[in-house]
Amino acid sequence: MVVDQLSASGMDRIFHAFADATRRDIVVRVITGEYSVSELAAHYDMSFAAVQKHVAVLERASLVLKEKRGREQIVSVNFEAVRRAQQLLDEYETIWRQRVDRISDILAEDKKASP
Amino acid sequence: MTVINSHRDPEALSFTIVAEFEASVERVWQIWEDPRQLERWWGPPTWPATFEEHDFVPGGAARYYMTGPDGEKARGWWKFTSIQAPERLEFDDGFADENWAPVTDMGTTHAVVTFENVDDGRTRMTTVSSFESVEQLEQMLAMGMEEGMIGAMGQIDGILAEAPDVWP
Repeated sequence: MVVDQLSASGMDRIFHAFADATRRDIVVRVITGEYSVSELAAHYDMSFAAVQKHVAVLERASLVLKEKRGREQIVSVNFEAVRRAQQLLDEYETIWRQRVDRISDILAEDKKASP
Repeated sequence: MTVINSHRDPEALSFTIVAEFEASVERVWQIWEDPRQLERWWGPPTWPATFEEHDFVPGGAARYYMTGPDGEKARGWWKFTSIQAPERLEFDDGFADENWAPVTDMGTTHAVVTFENVDDGRTRMTTVSSFESVEQLEQMLAMGMEEGMIGAMGQIDGILAEAPDVWP
């Protein structure tokens, strides 16, 4: 797990990786357990090579890890990277909850101003 | 309870928040349309936002800065990609340098805000924010998160203290 040392360009790769519905689906799938690339390919209406390319993008973004086991390539999720995205969104939620409170305060002034 | 729902989607790097207000759709629309009202709530109390430009039309731009506790300024720009008053608004939100040139390598946030009338006179506002990069999100959050928490508490105190004079 080397996510803490991810460079800025590494972060860019993460979000390029997430920008595609198939890649997001692959991440969600491998969160629940390991899959070989051929098992993943069976789930999508596209060639093995196309799925392999998506996995390669996710691997470059450090979102998934790939390991050779015999003749199979096993894909697993990189929980650290996904967790970091989750943490940041938690903080962002706090910002918006505070904004909503401030909007409510502004709107409440209308009622006070016109009794 | 004002915030009625929220959803974080780390796989798609997006965030949705649904809030309801005791005001008409037209009134809630104004808090976006009027820059003087917008700057009262966009930034946290310790990083208040000042909108220098707010061209609230489709294709129009906004320029704002947020001023930190030590006087430092964080500049940002918006581009309104869609405005359908008073139901829906979409804009891109990014960082700018001291000459207001967009800082492109930091990425932009795309926001979609919708307004619905519920229960005769209340307004449900749904905001969906989508991000391009973790780095961009880090940068945004660096602007006054912890200070914002403390500041918001102070602001509530301030409103409560003011109340006796405002009430008829």
